[in-house]
Amino acid sequence: MFGWEFPPHISGGLGTACYGLTKGLSVYNDLQIRFVIPKAFGDEDQSVIRITGANQVELGTKDRDYKAFLEKIQFVEINSNLIPYTDPDEYYRLVNQDKSGINQYIHTTFSGTIDFKGGYGGNLFQEIANYAIIASVLAAENDFDIIHAHDWLTYPAGIAAKQVSGKPLVIHVHATDFDRSGGNVNPGVYELELKGMHAADKIIAVSNLTRETIINKYGINPGKVVTVYNAVDPIDSDLSLSYENRIKDKIVTFLGRITMQKGPEYFIEVAHKVLQKMDNVRFVMAGSGDMMVKMIHRAASLRIMDKFHFTGFLKGEDVYRMFALSDVYVMPSVSEPFGISPLEALHSNVPVIISRQSGVSEILKYAIKVDFWDIHAMADAIYGILNYKALSEMFVKYGRKEVEEMRWENSARKVRQIYNTLIK
Amino acid sequence: MRNLCLYFQVHQPFRFRRYRFFDIGNEHYYYDDYTNESILRKVADKCYLPANALMLNLIKRYPGKFRLAFSISGVAIDQFELYAPEVLESFRQLADTGSVEFLAETNAHSLVSLKDRNEFKEQVQLHVDKIKKYFRQSPKVFRNTELIYSDEIGAQVAEMGYEAMLTEGAKHILGWKSPNYLYCNAINPKLKILLKNFKLSDDIAFRFSDQGWSEYPLTVEKFVAWLNQIDKKEEIVNLFMDYETFGEHQWEGTGIFRFLEALPGEVLKHSDFVFVTPSEVAANLQPVAAVQVAYPISWADEERDLTAWLGNELQQEAFNKLYEQAWKLEQVKDPVLLKDWNYLQVSDHFYYMCTKFFSDGAVHSYFNPYQSPYDAFINYMNILSDFVIRLNALVPQTGIDKEKANLAHILEEKEKQIEKYKAEIERLSELINTSPGKFEEESDRIMNNGGAKKVRTRKAGASSGSGKKKAIEKKGEATGKKSRGK
Repeated sequence: MFGWEFPPHISGGLGTACYGLTKGLSVYNDLQIRFVIPKAFGDEDQSVIRITGANQVELGTKDRDYKAFLEKIQFVEINSNLIPYTDPDEYYRLVNQDKSGINQYIHTTFSGTIDFKGGYGGNLFQEIANYAIIASVLAAENDFDIIHAHDWLTYPAGIAAKQVSGKPLVIHVHATDFDRSGGNVNPGVYELELKGMHAADKIIAVSNLTRETIINKYGINPGKVVTVYNAVDPIDSDLSLSYENRIKDKIVTFLGRITMQKGPEYFIEVAHKVLQKMDNVRFVMAGSGDMMVKMIHRAASLRIMDKFHFTGFLKGEDVYRMFALSDVYVMPSVSEPFGISPLEALHSNVPVIISRQSGVSEILKYAIKVDFWDIHAMADAIYGILNYKALSEMFVKYGRKEVEEMRWENSARKVRQIYNTLIK
Repeated sequence: MRNLCLYFQVHQPFRFRRYRFFDIGNEHYYYDDYTNESILRKVADKCYLPANALMLNLIKRYPGKFRLAFSISGVAIDQFELYAPEVLESFRQLADTGSVEFLAETNAHSLVSLKDRNEFKEQVQLHVDKIKKYFRQSPKVFRNTELIYSDEIGAQVAEMGYEAMLTEGAKHILGWKSPNYLYCNAINPKLKILLKNFKLSDDIAFRFSDQGWSEYPLTVEKFVAWLNQIDKKEEIVNLFMDYETFGEHQWEGTGIFRFLEALPGEVLKHSDFVFVTPSEVAANLQPVAAVQVAYPISWADEERDLTAWLGNELQQEAFNKLYEQAWKLEQVKDPVLLKDWNYLQVSDHFYYMCTKFFSDGAVHSYFNPYQSPYDAFINYMNILSDFVIRLNALVPQTGIDKEKANLAHILEEKEKQIEKYKAEIERLSELINTSPGKFEEESDRIMNNGGAKKVRTRKAGASSGSGKKKAIEKKGEATGKKSRGK
């Protein structure tokens, strides 16, 4: 399995989903997973799978015709400084750092191991290409039955491994560039995605929404694309209960990257609407991202900053603490292939309002669904949940039950079935 | 001679418009006129008008022999009046034939029978008044909203003086017994109970055009053959259904109208059944036993219970919050508020909040204006919140409410006064621009105190406040202008 991130070093849902899925798959004793990430930090949970960092794989000690590999995976060598997948934190760090990395790569390549930074840095395409080289090496030296690649960064690796070994390739689409960019698709990324999808023997989409995108925007044969929904790990119930809400006001929460994809501006407009009618309510925007400054300006110009709070990026336990304090969780995403966070919110007994433009809305029944642009409906839903007790009680009572039934084991079973059809 | 009793339900709710929480306290109009009118017009053209024309035709073809009954909810009548008066006229023509009986129900097609005795009685009375007014009949037989029935409700209906009541021949109530007899209420045996034969009724209402049904297509010959197969001892077959079955649930293209047209002839010719109305059944037949219904039943869904309207927490909350207001309404005379109270009770609003269709996947989206039950609930609660605010203003109960009502009244008065002064200032400033001479005259008169009266008479009808105050005000205005002039 190829993935770009793995807990605890994650920037979003991708790593969480990879972890959940591999854990779900670990119930099958006849199935061994080797999970390859660009850089292993050593503190990953290896109890159920074997983690390999691409940075640990030795190349130079073996006598090998790397040129042949390179020819095979020629297309990944895109000489470009594009920064396609911007994890905002990473991006800010990157801007302030020297760009000598490019040369370093060239020096270290073939000398033993390749150094990977991980994350989503400026030399991303170079890293992707290097990662693919490692993949082909691993594919040649190891015995395995299935190649499973998560998201576009690892598609070249998947393709390379398939070309070397001839084994079937499963591509797992957690998001497409149409989701991330809001329509301004990066041609470089699109090309990689397209190649991955064409090379794949089977494509797993995290929702029907994503499946439709794959079929319609990438022209893939519908028979090849299967939907397997994500799930959520039950959180420690002690953890969520141990925080007591000391604030009397009701709290409405947005949690996620503050980027165009997540629709933060709609949340602010909605807050403004609700605050005109209600006094005992506060809004929290948790997360960081390239639109954060703009959002602060907008909230200030609406004069709601006394009731509107920015927390910055939240990690680990803070996320659960935030949920524990919340009365409503809102996910106004413009385009969300799946969206695990509403499930986590429901796990913490928080009612959720989600946009119809999200994959998770296909499977959640006990949630209010609105179009992301419909701020009137969203404001009304927030007001309804905060003021009409029966509604929030119902969501908490049945919503929690509902998400508890969404287990990674179920997703894993479907993935296992797909494996079975490919191995034969 | 055996009896075939046809009864049709006619109902259309007033659907609410999208009512956001910002509207609470600001906007008191709750209805989606466009949707209501367009749906009613559509159903009138596809169902009510052609079906009524056909019924009239059949009654004329089989005079005295083809008989049937209707129950038209009060809200449906209101809508006919607003959007399709010709439908009312066609029902009136049916009433005039003497072969059609109209039944009593609750005016708002509401669930009030489950909650409030007095309100129940009042609503039935409202409906009966309407039936008398439009169809010149006073109903003797009662049918409750969605055929909801229990021993308790039956006893109340008997108390109101009705001879008979209609309900569902639910399997779990009847057990081995047949619906094809006349029964009576378990508490008050004077009230006769007619039970719907749901098998034969639903064959027409739901399965008629179902091509997956083993009996498809349903012909009148086949249907009459089924009637003939019924044990000769059984006395009555009650076919109860929505009137919208004809042309709306079952489109014209399915042949439903031709089926209806051919039915009376075939029944009268090839079976020993005759058509009767519910009150004739009650008069002619003897009840065979009491029917025991401890918990309310209805004609809805597989379960034949109330879960479609009151099955989940949202529905119960909305329902309870609504009827918490009932006692305040006794003191209300305002017709607009009373109308809203009526339309808030329409059972369909609760039906839209139903979540049980999640499980069987069958979405009951028929004319449902909402995308989800939560939408329906929030919208309803927003409207109810506004209604309660208006109600409390009219019927102040707590000290705060009284104070509020009082202050609101004072505010209103002051508003009016300010408006008046504004108009006066405007008039005077106009005067000063156009003819300063006249203005001088006027201001002198005002200062002389006697002028106030004249000002008042000149401003016809608009003023009734204290002339003196106004004069002082104007004086100030006048001097202001003058000094500026210098």
